Amino acid sequence: MSSEAISYDTLIPNNVDLSSDRRVLKALEQWHPKYIDWWKTMGPEGFQEASVYLRTAVSVETVGWAKFDYVKMPDYRWGILLAPQEEGRKIPFGEHKGEDVWQEVPGEYRAMLRRLLVIQGDTEPASVEQQRFLGATAPSLYDLRNVFQVNVEEGRHLWAIVYLLQKYFGRDGREEAQELLRRRSGDPDVPRMLGAFNEQTPDWLSFFMFAFFTDRDGKMQLESLAQSGFDPLARTCRFMLTEEAHHMFVGESGVGRIIQRTCGAMTDAGIDDPFDIEAVRQLGVIDLPTIQKKANLHYSLSLDLFGSEVSTNAANFYNASLKGRFKETKINDDHKLIKATYPVLKMIDGKFKFVDEPALTALNMRLRDSYVDDCAKGIKRWNKIIENKNIAFTLSLPHTAFNRKIGEFSNFSVTPVGEILDTKQWQSLHTDFLPDTEDGEFIASLMKPETQAGKYANWIAPPKSGIDNREGDFEYVRLS
Amino acid sequence: MTPIDFRTEAKNYRHWRIETEGSVARLIMDVNETGGLFPGYALKLNSYDLGVDIELYDAIQRLRFEHPEVRVVILESGKDQVFCAGANIRMLASASHVHKVNFCKFTNETRNAMEDATEHSGQTYITAIKGTCAGGGYELALATDYIILADDGSSSVALPEVPLLAVLPGTGGLTRVTDKRNVRRDLADVFCTIEEGVKGQRALKWRLVDELVAPSGFEQAIATKVAELSASNPDKTDQTNQPNKRGISLSLLKRDISDTEIRYSTLSVTLDRDKQVVTINLLGPLDKDELSLELLADQAEQFWLLRLCRELDDAILHLRFNEPELGTLVFKSSGNIEQVLKYDSFIREHLDNWLVREISLYWKRTLKRIDLTSRSLITLIEQGSCFGGLLSELIFSADRAYMLEGQYEDDERPPATLVVTESNFDLYPMSNGISRLSTRFYGQLDDLESIKATMNQPLDAEQCDALGLVTFIYDDLDWDDEVRIFLEERSSFSPDSLVGMEANLRFAGPETMETKIFGRLTAWQNWIFQRPSAAGEDGALKRYGSGKKGQYDSTRI
Ligand SMILES: [Fe+2]
Ligand SMILES: [Fe+2]
Repeated sequence: MSSEAISYDTLIPNNVDLSSDRRVLKALEQWHPKYIDWWKTMGPEGFQEASVYLRTAVSVETVGWAKFDYVKMPDYRWGILLAPQEEGRKIPFGEHKGEDVWQEVPGEYRAMLRRLLVIQGDTEPASVEQQRFLGATAPSLYDLRNVFQVNVEEGRHLWAIVYLLQKYFGRDGREEAQELLRRRSGDPDVPRMLGAFNEQTPDWLSFFMFAFFTDRDGKMQLESLAQSGFDPLARTCRFMLTEEAHHMFVGESGVGRIIQRTCGAMTDAGIDDPFDIEAVRQLGVIDLPTIQKKANLHYSLSLDLFGSEVSTNAANFYNASLKGRFKETKINDDHKLIKATYPVLKMIDGKFKFVDEPALTALNMRLRDSYVDDCAKGIKRWNKIIENKNIAFTLSLPHTAFNRKIGEFSNFSVTPVGEILDTKQWQSLHTDFLPDTEDGEFIASLMKPETQAGKYANWIAPPKSGIDNREGDFEYVRLS
Repeated sequence: MTPIDFRTEAKNYRHWRIETEGSVARLIMDVNETGGLFPGYALKLNSYDLGVDIELYDAIQRLRFEHPEVRVVILESGKDQVFCAGANIRMLASASHVHKVNFCKFTNETRNAMEDATEHSGQTYITAIKGTCAGGGYELALATDYIILADDGSSSVALPEVPLLAVLPGTGGLTRVTDKRNVRRDLADVFCTIEEGVKGQRALKWRLVDELVAPSGFEQAIATKVAELSASNPDKTDQTNQPNKRGISLSLLKRDISDTEIRYSTLSVTLDRDKQVVTINLLGPLDKDELSLELLADQAEQFWLLRLCRELDDAILHLRFNEPELGTLVFKSSGNIEQVLKYDSFIREHLDNWLVREISLYWKRTLKRIDLTSRSLITLIEQGSCFGGLLSELIFSADRAYMLEGQYEDDERPPATLVVTESNFDLYPMSNGISRLSTRFYGQLDDLESIKATMNQPLDAEQCDALGLVTFIYDDLDWDDEVRIFLEERSSFSPDSLVGMEANLRFAGPETMETKIFGRLTAWQNWIFQRPSAAGEDGALKRYGSGKKGQYDSTRI
C-alpha cells in the first residue's frame, strides 16, 4: 500500500499530487470560482455565513481521515481524495478480466466512461439543490448540521468526478465539468439528468427518506463503479463510499427518530390505533401511515434510477470492464457472464413472471435486487422501534412494480401489494398509497425551526449520541 | 407468410398521429413498442421498423391529398425523453439482407417524399427535437427543412452507426449532412463517430441544427417559425381559383390478390413464377366525358390517373418486398391512346390547380420508384397499347423497350404507336434532376431536337426505331420468339450483376443528393451489411445488445 502525502500547498486537500499537475490545476482553478458561485446561489439558502461544525476529509487513512471543526460552508475545503492504490490490482470482470487495471483511459472506452462519470456526477450537485431550503425549518441544530454535512460532501463528490473529467477526458471533460454546474434540479430548461433528482424535497421527512432511499441508489452505483477496470475511478468511488455511509446514517436514523417520537407520543396519549390519523396528528407528530406513504414515494422514485431492467448500456459497461456488480469480487462465477442468465421480473399477460434473460443485459435488475435487499434491512430496524412500543403497525417496501415511470412496469398501475389496477381505479386510489396535498400540508405545518442548542422539534426524537461524540447541548451550528 | 401490406389509413395507425389545426399539422411519432411488423423485437424508444415507416409514408401522402390547406408540418415525438432512436437494431440484426436493403430504400423514398412536399407542394416540414434523436431519427430530421433542438443539457442529435453498429447512417444521413446542411466534412467526420452525439451550442455551431431553444421557450419557438414559414411560403397553386381548397379523402386501396394475379382497377399484374417474370398491364382510362376541373372535383380519388398512381405504387412496393425472386418486370398498356393524351394535356394545362398538381407530382414519384426498383424493367409496345405522354415515361424508364411492327394477321387493331408530348421533356424528372429522355439521350442534343419535332404525333415502330425511342422492333413473325428468348436469357444472368449493371446504366448524367443517396450511400451500406464486421456472427450488428463488442476484420478493402 502506498499513499502520497497530502499536498497542502494549494487550495485543495488532495492525494493526487495536484500541485505538480499543471494541466488539472489550471482547469480546476478555472472551475473553482464557478463552483463557489454555484454553491452561493444554489447551496444552503440563508446559512452561507453560519459556522458549522463539519468534518473535512483530509486524508485517506482508515484512521484520522477526517477532521471536525467549525467552518463557514463557502470556505469548506473540498478535496480530491482517492482511496489508496492497490499494488498489482487486476481487472476483476468483463472482457478485460485478469488484465492489469488501467491508469489511463483506453481510447475505445473514452466516450462510454465519460458518460458514466457525467451521469454519476450530475446527481451530486442535484441533491444539494434539492435540499437548499431545508435549513429554514430544521428541527434542531444537530439536524441542521447533518444536512449541511451531507451537502458539503455531495459537493466534494462533485469535485471528485470533476477531477476525473478534467484529468482524463481533455477538452470534452472540461466542457462536461462546466455543464455539471449549469444544469439545475427541477429547472424545466436545464434539468438534472435523472428523474428523482428533479423532484422537490419539501420537508424534513422527505429529506430523511431521500437520504435513506435515493442516496442508497448512489451507494449501489458507487459500489459497482468501485469495481471498475479504470483504476482512478475505482479508487475515487471507494473513497466516496466512506462519506456516503454517513448520508445513509442520517437518513435511516432521521426516519427512525421520527417513528420513535410518533410511537412515544401515541403511547403517552394512550392511542393504540395507528390508523387513527386525526388523533395522532393532534399530538403534533407524523402518523405512521403517512410515513409509509412517503417511503412508497421515495422508494419507487429511487427504483427508477436503476434504469430499464434489461439494458444494452449496462451490458456494454460491464463487458467493457467499466462498471461491475455489487460486491463483484465476492461473487463466485466467471465474472464475464458469457452464458449466464438472470431472472428478470416482467409483466406477461397481466401476471408477474420471472423470465430468464442473458445476465449481461440484466445487470440493472441485478443491482436493483441488491438495492432492495439493502433497503429491507433498514425497514426491519424501523419496525423494531414500532414493535418495542407495542404498536400494531408494520412498515414495508412496496412492490417493485408500484408507481414506476421507467422499465417493465412503467405502463402499468400497480398497488404497493402488487395488484394491477386500471387507470380509473388508480386515479381514485393513488392517494391511499402516495402522499397527497393534505399530507404535505400537515407535514409542512410541523416544520418550524428549532435553533436552541440541545432542543428538538416535537415531531422528532433526539439522537442517541452526538456527532464526534459531542454532548447533548453542543452548538453544532453557530448562526451569525 | 402473410405478405407485407403497404395499404393503411390514419385510423389504423399504431405509431403516428396527425393533428391538424388550420394551416399547421403536427406529425407525432409515438411508436407502439409491441407493434412491430415481425416478432422478436420491441420498438423501444421510438425506434422504427418497416411498419412504422409504412405509416409515415401514408401520413405524408394523406397530408398532401387530404389536407392541402396545411402549409407547415411539424415533426415531433409523442414520447417524453426521446425523439427517435432510429431503426430498431434487433430488427436489423434479425432481418434478411433482402429485407434490410428494401427497407432502407423505402425509407429513403419516404424521406425524399417529405422533401418533395416541402419543395413542390408548399408543405414545409420542420422538426422539433426534445430528447435523443439518433441514427434514423436524425436522418428523419435531416429530411425536413428546419431543425429545432431543445437546449436542456441532454437533448442531442447523433449518427452513431459507425461507432456503435459498424454500419452507416444509410438513409440519407451522410449525404444530407454535407450536401444539404453543409456541415464541414471534418466536423461531419467527428460527428459521425461520436456515439452519444452532439448537443447544445456545438450542434448549432456545427450546423447540425438550425435553432437551439430552452425547453420553456420551445413551443413559442415552434410557433414563431411556423408563422414565419406560413408567411414566406405562400401556396404555390393559385388560391384565387380555389377559395375553399378542400382535401379529398383517400380510402383504403382495393385489390384482388391471388398467387398468380393481382387485380387493381387500372392495372392487372400477372406473376409467372416459372419464368420469374411479372407482367404489369396498365389499363387506360375508360371514361368518355370531357375532362374538366369540375369532373376532377367530382371524381376525386376515382380520377383515373390518381387511381393509377396509387395502384402502381402499391404494386411496385408489394413486388419489391413480397416477390423478391421475380426478377423481371414487363410493362404493357392497353386502352385508348387518345384518351390518355387528353389526360396528359389536362394535367399540363391545370398545374395551377392543387389537386392536378398533386396528382402530377405523385406520378413523378411513382416513376422514380420504378427507376429505383432493382428488377429488370422491360416495356412492350403492342397493338392496342396506349403509351402516350405521361404513360410513355414507362418506355423511357425501362432497361429495354420492344415495339411490335405492323399487325398480327388475326388482330384488326391498328399497329402500335407511341406519342411523345411536352410532359416527357419537363414534367417528370428522374432523381438525377433531368427527364428520362434527356437521360436516355444524355449529351445528344440533336437527337432530342429530332424527337421534339415529332411531339404530339403518333409514331409507328419504324419512326420510333429511327428516333431511338425503343430498343428493338420486331414484326409479328419474330415478336413472340424474340421476346421469349430475351426474357429467358435475362432470367439466366446473375441477379446481383444485373442489379448492379442496371443501376449503373439507368442514371446517366448529373449527380444530385438523391442519386448520391441511392447510388453511393446505400450502395456502400448494402455492401457493409454483407460484411463480417457488421453482419457476421461476431459482427457489431449481431452482437448489439449482448454487451459484447463486435469483432472486426481489420483488412481495409
Ligand atoms: Fe454523493
Ligand atoms: Fe450522498
